[in-house]
Amino acid sequence: MSLKIVVLAKQVPDTRNVGKDAMTPEGTVNRAALPAIFNPEDLNALEQALRLKDQHPGSTVTILTMGPPRATDVIREGLYRGADGGVLLTDRAFAGADTLATSYALSQAIKKIGMPDLVIGGRQAIDGDTAQVGPQVAQKLDLNQVTYVTAIEQVKDGKVTALRTIDGGIERVEAPLPLLVTVNGNAAPCRPRNAKLVMKYKRASAPMERPADKPLPYAEEYEKKPYLTVTQWSVADVDGDLAQCGLAGSPTKVKAVQNIVFKAKESKRLTGSDADVEGLVKELLESHTIG
Amino acid sequence: MANNYTDHPELKFELQHPLMKRIVELKERDFRDKDAYDYAPLDFEDAMDSYDRVLDIVGEIAGTTIADNAEGVDLEGPHHEGDRVRYASGTARNLEAMVQAGMNGMTMPRRYEGLNFPITPYTMCAELVAASDAGFGNIWSLQDCIETLYEFGDEDQHSRFIPRICAGETMSMDLTEPDAGSDLQSVMLKATFDEKENCWRLNGVKRFITNGDADLHLVLARSEEGTTDGRGLSMFIYDKRDGGVNVRRIENKLGIHGSPTCELVYKNAKAELCGMRKMGLIKYVMALMNGARLGIAAQSVGISQAAYNEGLAYARDREQFGKKIITLPAVADMLSLMKAKLDAGRALLYQCARYVDIYKALDDIARERKLTPEERTEQKTYAKLADSLTPLAKGMNSEYCNQNTFDALQIHGGSGFMMDYPIQRYYRDARITNIYEGTTQLQVVAAIRYVTNGSYLAQMREFEQAEVSEAVKPLQAQAKTLADLFEQAVEHVKEAQSQEMQDLCARHLVEMAADVIMLHLLCYNATQQPEMFEKSARVYARFVTAEVQKHHTWVMDMTAEALEDYRCK
Repeated sequence: MSLKIVVLAKQVPDTRNVGKDAMTPEGTVNRAALPAIFNPEDLNALEQALRLKDQHPGSTVTILTMGPPRATDVIREGLYRGADGGVLLTDRAFAGADTLATSYALSQAIKKIGMPDLVIGGRQAIDGDTAQVGPQVAQKLDLNQVTYVTAIEQVKDGKVTALRTIDGGIERVEAPLPLLVTVNGNAAPCRPRNAKLVMKYKRASAPMERPADKPLPYAEEYEKKPYLTVTQWSVADVDGDLAQCGLAGSPTKVKAVQNIVFKAKESKRLTGSDADVEGLVKELLESHTIG
Repeated sequence: MANNYTDHPELKFELQHPLMKRIVELKERDFRDKDAYDYAPLDFEDAMDSYDRVLDIVGEIAGTTIADNAEGVDLEGPHHEGDRVRYASGTARNLEAMVQAGMNGMTMPRRYEGLNFPITPYTMCAELVAASDAGFGNIWSLQDCIETLYEFGDEDQHSRFIPRICAGETMSMDLTEPDAGSDLQSVMLKATFDEKENCWRLNGVKRFITNGDADLHLVLARSEEGTTDGRGLSMFIYDKRDGGVNVRRIENKLGIHGSPTCELVYKNAKAELCGMRKMGLIKYVMALMNGARLGIAAQSVGISQAAYNEGLAYARDREQFGKKIITLPAVADMLSLMKAKLDAGRALLYQCARYVDIYKALDDIARERKLTPEERTEQKTYAKLADSLTPLAKGMNSEYCNQNTFDALQIHGGSGFMMDYPIQRYYRDARITNIYEGTTQLQVVAAIRYVTNGSYLAQMREFEQAEVSEAVKPLQAQAKTLADLFEQAVEHVKEAQSQEMQDLCARHLVEMAADVIMLHLLCYNATQQPEMFEKSARVYARFVTAEVQKHHTWVMDMTAEALEDYRCK
């Protein structure tokens, strides 16, 4: 059977190699200093989707992302790897969304795309680290969900078999379609960009990315090739309730941001002596760091 | 994230050479594919942008997947299971990534599912891959055997085999045998025509076959009973799907462990003729070897770059005598010279690749229509230039590769001798580059005719007319002085009218030619991109001045009587 799959993907600041200018003096992320990347676990999710597409010819993979126009990068990266299309949710009214408002917007978009067999996303994004958006989307769409997945083994007879990470091991679960799955970073890495697809889609863009004041290079190509125009939806396009979108729809309020500074007095110098090693092991056992 | 392409802007500089305009024009034939294929370029800028993007992908795969797997592949090596080869697990993952990225059959026309890339960006990919794992580089780069099948096979063979290579099947060229290494005229693998089955049958043994369990083999075999020389050899295509060739053993090598080097036994293996009978060695293997030599030159540059990176990183990090060792002149001397050789060798490699591109694209056009007289002249000019530079690019880069890995290991001191650092792998991998696809000594044999017929000198004299920046002018003048020494040394050898004397002096003369030509290429680069190349150009000029003077002295001292000292029993 062919599957209709939506992959949830987010463009995030690359927080993996943080330098000293990564934060603004106000304690917010300095986006200018951190390159914007495809959220790593969303790439794992995309790979799971593409593998299903390989196994089930005729399946479609649609990348769904919410963000400013430049977040279309995430959709292009998906197209370069084998996704069939993408939807960019972009609107000033979506800005400042917490996980609740984000999952509302995403679920509205998924309804508009048409209910898929599978929604697959990364477990969590490296900027917020909440792991809430996937489960919330499932809830809003009234879908079953399997989280912390390392591999979708097969889809057969309307059922998905997947491996998920649990405390101290891995469990194999079966769940009926339609289903939402969140994928861990220890799942298979995403395949590389494909040369032909990069050449085909390199000019793909969302309307809002295109310069309003000057002519578009290769403008005639966009008329000949509809796949070069990435679908772009606003709040109105997805019949969104403004009260549930963006900052207005976000009950989460950041009260304060604290910088954690490790001070020298918190460190301890140990020698390699048996007594020191034994002391350290005891201390770690007591604090349940090990054991 | 490491990216072998974007981390080394010298490659992008080489990609943007003005000759690319002509290459793209010829290769894309007025961009006629643009409506039939959604990935074909619309114009020159679009094509160049696509090359850049594809190099970025290969650079990323090489800098991440292939680099991460390299140590494991080196330790694990390929497995001999039954009569077959199973790649090291890392090798299999590398190949999977490159196939998923669509990097196979890169230079083949789009009608066979290829990317229709020129040789130049393809060769750059080979460099990028080899920099992370030279052994895997072999497996991947053997795809260029398909060029030979494309050039000399028929339409039917094209449509059956080329799409398979573009889809990721691998190739090998089965040339050498236990008693036919450098001397391929002695190949004895027997090809007989099977009247009943209307096919050829191959029987015998091949040895030292890289990637010997490949899906598709090009095989040199003796089709003419009773012959003993090169004129009795033909080229065959063996398809692994037909069976009949077994892997008897995998060699245990000093380096390039990822690349399985096989001994093959042919037992009545079904095969088909590629091209015409008796032209196997004379024409087709020569074409095959020219492509492979460019590939080894690229591999050499890749290893050189990797070794330089390791040497540089170690020197920046390591402290002795209370300071970083990179500040010690003795270390900085090695690093500066390594970089100069690297830049010079790479310039030569891609100059050669561009020449190959022009004449091969014209060759291909000639299969569709008659070339105009101007095009025919252009084709001949560039074919001659390419043939003259190929042995220099292969010979010099493989020697520089050995020198650079040697020096990079030296910078590591005792740590370099331990198996703990990657430099030991580059050092071992480098050692084969100046041996296979024709030893340096054989590259000299191929190059010497361009010394004696004045071709190299003519190229130097033309370079002397080039416009260069003020800063580079003294270097260009220096190159002219060196060309004069070269000319004098060549005359001295010619006057002796002794083949033995010429053979003995050949290496010296060929190196002199290569030194001067590379200096000119660096002068060009330094004029275009002073920040990137001026320092290397100056360092290289000092180095080759000493080198050329050394060779000049040696050759001018050589006399008929002195030859006696070089006869060994």
